[in-house]
Amino acid sequence: MLSLLDYFRSSQRGSASIAKERLQILVAHERSAKHKSRPSYLPQLQQELLQVIQKYIKVDLDAISVNFEQDEDQETLEVNIVLPDEHAKTPST
Amino acid sequence: MSRIIVVTSGKGGVGKTTTSAAIAMGLAKKGYKTAVIDFDVGLRNLDLIMGCERRVIYDLVNVINNEAVLNQALIKDKRCDQLYILPASQTRDKDALTQEGIERILQDLSKDFDYIVCDSPAGIEKGAHLAMYFADDAFVVTNPEVSSVRDSDRMLGLLSSKSKRAENNQEPIKEYLLLTRYSPERVKLGEMLSVEDVQEILSLNLLGVIPESKSVLNASNAGVPVILDEKSDAGQAYADIVDRYLGIDKPHRFIEEEKKGLFSKLFRSK
Repeated sequence: MLSLLDYFRSSQRGSASIAKERLQILVAHERSAKHKSRPSYLPQLQQELLQVIQKYIKVDLDAISVNFEQDEDQETLEVNIVLPDEHAKTPST
Repeated sequence: MSRIIVVTSGKGGVGKTTTSAAIAMGLAKKGYKTAVIDFDVGLRNLDLIMGCERRVIYDLVNVINNEAVLNQALIKDKRCDQLYILPASQTRDKDALTQEGIERILQDLSKDFDYIVCDSPAGIEKGAHLAMYFADDAFVVTNPEVSSVRDSDRMLGLLSSKSKRAENNQEPIKEYLLLTRYSPERVKLGEMLSVEDVQEILSLNLLGVIPESKSVLNASNAGVPVILDEKSDAGQAYADIVDRYLGIDKPHRFIEEEKKGLFSKLFRSK
């Protein structure tokens, strides 16, 4: 009888800790999603930057990445362009 | 000037109206002139919990639409002359509320009330938004249960971004955690999130814990705010919460399992 009781107890023990773990992950994720919300102009900015750069350098669509970071006291706009290896410079126009 | 408290949670059924009724009565009994407003337009229930459902003539929407003046709609509590109830409309929908209307009512009440308690509806729509928009303090009512904790976190995000204080870059709304329907026995068995767990997840200041209690249903059955049931654990827990909110130091209670007698010890040997 005791062992049966123990069995039920031990099988139940821990559902709260599962809940806590799930919530911690979820809440952290939802909070970061909220803070990292990208301004709505970002996709267009990325598109136009790409067009300007492509006028001078032959780069792929995915060679450019635009990131927006938000800390408590500052916002950072990071534009990262990967230049092609072989002919980094195209003939000037 | 009065202090505006919003009682909010996101999730329904966690005890917002019970809490609003209890703390409004608690503050009024301390001698502070207090108004409690039901923002749940279309599904009003504060009147029922306060036991004044048969005295409702005019409501919040009537005042917003200038169909009645504030004093006609305020219901004076029969048990405590410092307490007034402003019921929600039962026949309208949430769109009947306007920010300008609510602002005007709160400004009028501010002239001679010490505290205004805003009982928020569940959800994050207009009623809930307006209930929190002008708040100075927020009581975030949470059950130790995953969906309630998640919704509370969502409300915290809204309190810090979609309120008047946030939009005007004023001092943020003071947020307090009220953990309701708490069962120390189940926490001990590992079946329920503990106070510490919820505090850690929400990183929120704990105002108090309301234990799961039969007295809450008994009180709402009778239309008596549970804080008036001074013998009950929930009533005492709410009284403690009012004290703590007013700055009186009260140790937390109802977090630990109560000492069991020999009889129950025999049945729970471990």
